Amino acid sequence: MKLKKIMASLLAAAAAITCLTACKTDGNTSGNDSENNASAGGNVLRIGGSGPLTGDYALYGNGVKNGAQLAIDEINAAGGINGCTLEFKIEDDEAGEEKAVNAYNVLKDWDMDISIGTVTSGACIAFGAEAAKDNMFILTPSSTAVECISGDNAFRVCFSDPNQGVASADYIADNGLSSKVAIIYQSDNAYSAGIFDKFKSEASAKGIEIVSEQSFTKDNKTDFSAQLQSIKDSGADLMFLPIYYSEASLILQQAKSSGLEIKYFGCDGLDGILNMNNFDISLAEGVMLLTPFAADATDDATVHFVTEYRAKYGDETMNQFAADAYDAIYIIKAAAEKAGINADMSSSEICDALKKAMTEITVDGVTGTSITWAADGEPSKAPKAVVITDGSYKAM
Amino acid sequence: MSFLSYLVSGISLGSIYALIALGYTMVYGIAKMLNFAHGDVIMVGAYAIYTICITWGLPPYVGVLGSIVVCAVLGVVIEKVAYKPLRKASSLAVLITAIGVSYLLQNAALLIFKSDTKSFTSVVNIPSIDLFDNQLHISGETIATIVVSVIIMVALNLFINKTKPGRAMLAVSEDKGAAQLMGINVNSTISLTFLIGSALAAVAGALLCSSYPALSPTTGAMPGIKAFTAAVFGGIGSIPGAMVGGILLGVIENLSKGYISTQFSDAIVFGVLIIILLFKPTGLLGKKINEKV
Amino acid sequence: MQKERKPLKAATKSNLITYGILIAAFIIVSIICASNDKMYQFKGMLVPLCIYSIMAVSLNLVVGILGDLSLGHAGFMCIGAYVGAFFSVLLKDNIPLDWLRFVISLVLGGITAGIFGFLIGIPVLRLRGDYLAIVTLAFGEIIKNIVNLLYVGVDGSGLHVSIKSASDLNMAEDGTVIVKGALGITGTPNDSNFTVGFILLLITVFVSLNLINSRTGRAVKSIRDNRIAAETVGISVTRYKLIVFMISAFFAGIAGVLYSHNISSLNTSTFGYNTSILVLVYVVLGGIGSTRGSIIAAVILYALPEMLRELRDYRMLIYAVVLILLMIVNNNEKFNLFKEKISISRFIQNRREAMSKGAKS
Repeated sequence: MKLKKIMASLLAAAAAITCLTACKTDGNTSGNDSENNASAGGNVLRIGGSGPLTGDYALYGNGVKNGAQLAIDEINAAGGINGCTLEFKIEDDEAGEEKAVNAYNVLKDWDMDISIGTVTSGACIAFGAEAAKDNMFILTPSSTAVECISGDNAFRVCFSDPNQGVASADYIADNGLSSKVAIIYQSDNAYSAGIFDKFKSEASAKGIEIVSEQSFTKDNKTDFSAQLQSIKDSGADLMFLPIYYSEASLILQQAKSSGLEIKYFGCDGLDGILNMNNFDISLAEGVMLLTPFAADATDDATVHFVTEYRAKYGDETMNQFAADAYDAIYIIKAAAEKAGINADMSSSEICDALKKAMTEITVDGVTGTSITWAADGEPSKAPKAVVITDGSYKAM
Repeated sequence: MSFLSYLVSGISLGSIYALIALGYTMVYGIAKMLNFAHGDVIMVGAYAIYTICITWGLPPYVGVLGSIVVCAVLGVVIEKVAYKPLRKASSLAVLITAIGVSYLLQNAALLIFKSDTKSFTSVVNIPSIDLFDNQLHISGETIATIVVSVIIMVALNLFINKTKPGRAMLAVSEDKGAAQLMGINVNSTISLTFLIGSALAAVAGALLCSSYPALSPTTGAMPGIKAFTAAVFGGIGSIPGAMVGGILLGVIENLSKGYISTQFSDAIVFGVLIIILLFKPTGLLGKKINEKV
Repeated sequence: MQKERKPLKAATKSNLITYGILIAAFIIVSIICASNDKMYQFKGMLVPLCIYSIMAVSLNLVVGILGDLSLGHAGFMCIGAYVGAFFSVLLKDNIPLDWLRFVISLVLGGITAGIFGFLIGIPVLRLRGDYLAIVTLAFGEIIKNIVNLLYVGVDGSGLHVSIKSASDLNMAEDGTVIVKGALGITGTPNDSNFTVGFILLLITVFVSLNLINSRTGRAVKSIRDNRIAAETVGISVTRYKLIVFMISAFFAGIAGVLYSHNISSLNTSTFGYNTSILVLVYVVLGGIGSTRGSIIAAVILYALPEMLRELRDYRMLIYAVVLILLMIVNNNEKFNLFKEKISISRFIQNRREAMSKGAKS
């Protein structure tokens, strides 16, 4: 009886898979004409990456996907890199380490030349360790943990966690914004916990008193009334929010409805809050944040990016993830042109050439101007402190 | 005053858990299955309101009614398509199918509504109350949640104990075969259960997203698990149990966040749950199982 | 879960088939790997397949043999993974022999998980059905919550532990933080490979099958089928339930160690209730109580979403649909009749009967 059940499952699965493969071939031939043409030419550079396209963190992965695709299309329209057309593929990793390694292997089977790594930190560490073995170049748009770029093949576009934590504490102390700070962070998120940790040690060094440390988890991120009540009781005059904007929007809303009046200070994770569908932006009035990207900035690069992105994807996931990914592709372009990359080189040769070129280039992007890189992979760019006034960012 | 404030928000959160748990427990009582897709029906309901009220710009009551209809139909369809063929299979097989339905709803929502979090506009239009010299602040959503939950619970209790279809539900949950012999249409009774449970999920979705206005395809997953916990906590299959379990869970969660630690609140809530189950192995109001050889 | 009263011989034969399938699969896969330079996706999936097969086989002991629903199996995996990875990272430079260090990690990870299995087994004795399921789920979540806030560092003066933040560790300058809260453990040596994974799977299957067919296993099955009757004939329910829980947790811990030594970044997000449920799906779809079925279902269902990658955005949607269809089709009476008609063993049996009839006449 059991054997038969198994046989049945096998049969059904086999049938299902056959059906699917049939669909798959159809989809490929009809959908990706340009890709096939490009492959036929042979002069192609394949850029791959992975990120959470489904599940809890899907909005970050899809931001990267859209931002990178936008840049790829623009570069291809303008003639590619050194005469090579770019192909781009992003695999779903559901923000998991194991899936990220699977995604990396899929991309290797696809003959990936250059990688933009992964979107989230934990996944990026696993992905990066595999890539380091193969000497595959990585430029991650948004993985913030220090360990993500521990290999010499890895670079990043965004700031690291410690960098943001220290910069935030310094900014608050140097500008005398507050002496009694309350924090809400996400304890099971590496980005948030990482910033929190550094902020805490830097704050005590700078004489800022942390009067309330509150947290939440992925499984407990809807109701913040208890945290807000504790903060209310603690007498803090500034709330530091090293978290992402979708949770922050809830905190702002609940703080307002519970009558808590306090100053807010956040990091780049808060960016995107003004573009949330249907979000009441008056709630975010007066929120201060350190961010490299501001969708409302008026410099040419940002205006161009925002206009093009809107035209293509609407307001879907227009956040700093998309901006970081957009920049990542252009940074790869700059480095590849500097290093004279062509499609005949192996991925390991490309990596060696890019590693060297990365430390020599200076890039003006959406997420910063005159960005340079050290050999350890960290970008050097100045965080901009902005305050939300009348529904848009104003430099502080 | 902090204590009262923790308590009120705990009751408000707990009422939402209770509404969701009612759906769990009704379905469990009658179909003897854990409907893990129930949480995702809430998400669908919330998206329905979002589409009706915000995309189409219709008034909130139309949104809530529309969402109730959408969820009720969805619940019945899910039952007919996915669960009915498995009525004779083991309860674990149905559990796995329910998990499949849950993945299906989440991923369909992801494809239709995209991954970005939507900010929900509250469907509640009641002014907030300030008591004790503004020390205690109760928002309109909290008031609405508690009032609506109480009304629904009372109505549901009356429906089940006083009306014919309600008693048919009781009969089916007691003994399917005997109920059928007494002339009760078991299939339509089960459908009715899914219909009511899913309609309650729509109401819960409206209240959940009004109080916590961030909507994404995974919005329903965690409240679903919490409500399942609440249903078991109160004694699964028992309707008063689901109410008590839901409200207690919300209160314990908020008090432990307020007085012990926000970092460990998940562990504390589950720890309390384990301890209570150790003393009351069938939940707070669950029936004692008399075992026979 | 019907009672089975097969003669011992049939059980042995069935076990031999299981080992045969496993070893044949191992040989074929090894040949494919050796003869192909590429196929990274395929090669990369081999160790996870072993890991999830071990998970499914060990969960099958609780769900299939003991008949208790557990939703916290990933919690044991988490414990094994963290203990094993912690030990390996701590003694990376002190134990020069990679295999020795890995074996010690495996044993430590397994035993720690087994101890937790024992601790969690105690409340299990009082609870049944869905109440038990919720308690196991709760334990899994508690483990996850605490491990998420765990910081462990080591410096000249020894180990420092904190459950708040790295800055609370008060370490000396030269200290290193090994367990980094939400970020978990990074830089675990990559000691696992397909051969190791396969050997561990084989050991798991061996222990599991022997347990099922042993005196203990029969006692456990009698508890599953009728607890009161089993108690009446003097079977100690407490003792046997605890044994099964511990063994199951031990192997989940082994799977965890294998996991953490396969991927260089470890954090708790892998070990939520979703993973527990996923493993439960393998067990149920494989046919509750069937060791071989658990492995086959684990392989198919783990590989399925990976093979669907070409479908891009529709991947998880199709996976969900396939899952539902599999369950419905598998429980459809007409389909089961049809299956019996086309089943190979039935065909052979018919042939044999026909032949023996022919011989007689």
